[in-house]
Amino acid sequence: MAGLIINIFLLALLVLIAVMVVRSGRLYAVIVMSGAYSLTSAAMFVNLDAVDVAFTEAAVGAGISTVLFLAAMAYVPADEKPSQNRNLLAGLICVGAGALLLLAVFDLPTLGDPMAPVHQHVAPRYLAESGSALHIPNVVTTVLASYRGFDTLGETIVVFTAGLGVLMLLAGFTRTGRINPIPAKTGSAKKDGGKSKSSSATPKGSKV
Amino acid sequence: MKQNPVFRVVAKILFAPIIMFGLYVQFHGDFGPGGGFQAGVIIAAAFILHALVFGLEAGRQVISARVNLWMMALGVTIYGAVGIVSMAKGGLFLDYTALTGSVASGQHIGIILVEFGVGLTVTSVMLALFHAFAGFDEDRAK
Repeated sequence: MAGLIINIFLLALLVLIAVMVVRSGRLYAVIVMSGAYSLTSAAMFVNLDAVDVAFTEAAVGAGISTVLFLAAMAYVPADEKPSQNRNLLAGLICVGAGALLLLAVFDLPTLGDPMAPVHQHVAPRYLAESGSALHIPNVVTTVLASYRGFDTLGETIVVFTAGLGVLMLLAGFTRTGRINPIPAKTGSAKKDGGKSKSSSATPKGSKV
Repeated sequence: MKQNPVFRVVAKILFAPIIMFGLYVQFHGDFGPGGGFQAGVIIAAAFILHALVFGLEAGRQVISARVNLWMMALGVTIYGAVGIVSMAKGGLFLDYTALTGSVASGQHIGIILVEFGVGLTVTSVMLALFHAFAGFDEDRAK
C-alpha cells in the first residue's frame, strides 16, 4: 500500500515536471528540470526493486547528461525562440499518437503478473540457474556479462563509436590523432558563437 | 570557480572518494548493483567536477585528450580480448569458464575483466564528450 502511494506521488511528480518542461522557455530551467525528471524516475525504479536501473538512471540521466547538456549550452541561446505559427495537423498527429499509446497501455500485463510473456521466456531459467551454475550472486550481472556478453560487447562498441563520432564533429580529430583547433572561418558557426555570447549573460564562466 | 575557496576545498575533498566509490561499483558489480557502465559514469563525474572547478586546462592535464582516446579504444579491446582468449583456450567466444577451466573462478575473472573494459570505455567517452562540448569555444577562439 505504501509502495502504491509512493508510486502515485512519484508519477504525479513526473507529469508535473514534464508539463513544466514543456511550458518553460528558459533552456537552463529545462535542463535542470530534466535532471529532476531523471532523479524522480530513478526513485520510481527503486520503488519497483530495479536497483541497477535506478543506479544507472541516477548516474547517467541525472548526473552526466545534465552536465553535458549544460556544457552544450555554450552553442545555443539561453531562451527558446517563441514559435509563431501553430500547426494544427502536427497537434492532431500528437494527440492521435498519444491516444493510440493510451489504448496500448490497456493491453499491457498488470505490474508483477507472473504469467506475463516476459516472465515465460528465458527469465525463469536465468533466475533459477545462474546462482548455482555460474556462482555469481547478482543475476543482472550474469545476464549482462555471461548470458548476454555479446550484446554488452556491442553496447560498448556503440558507446565507443558514439564518442568517436562526437569527437570528430566537435574536436576535429585528424588521422594523426591530434586535436586540431577548428579555425573560425565558417560563417554559420561564427554567427552561432556570437549569438550565444550576446544573447545571454548566463554563467558561461561557470563551465570553465 | 577556481577563486571560490568553498568549491576548491570541496572538490579536493570529494575527488578521491568519488573515484573510490566508482571503483567499488566497478568491482562489486557481480555482488551488488552496479557494473562498468555506472562505474564509468561515476569516475568520469569525478574528473568532470575537477575540470569544472579548476578549469578545463587543468582537467586536460590530468588526462590528456590523446590518453583519453587510447583508453576509449583500450576498453573495447580488453572486452574483445577476453572473448578471443577464451576462444584460444578452447571455449566459445566470451565463454569465461574456459579462461581458467573452473566455472566459479572463470566466471569471476571473466566478468571483472569485461566490466573493467566497459568501465574504461565509458569513463573516457564521457570525459571526451565533456571536454569536446565545454572546450569547443576555447579551441575555436585560438
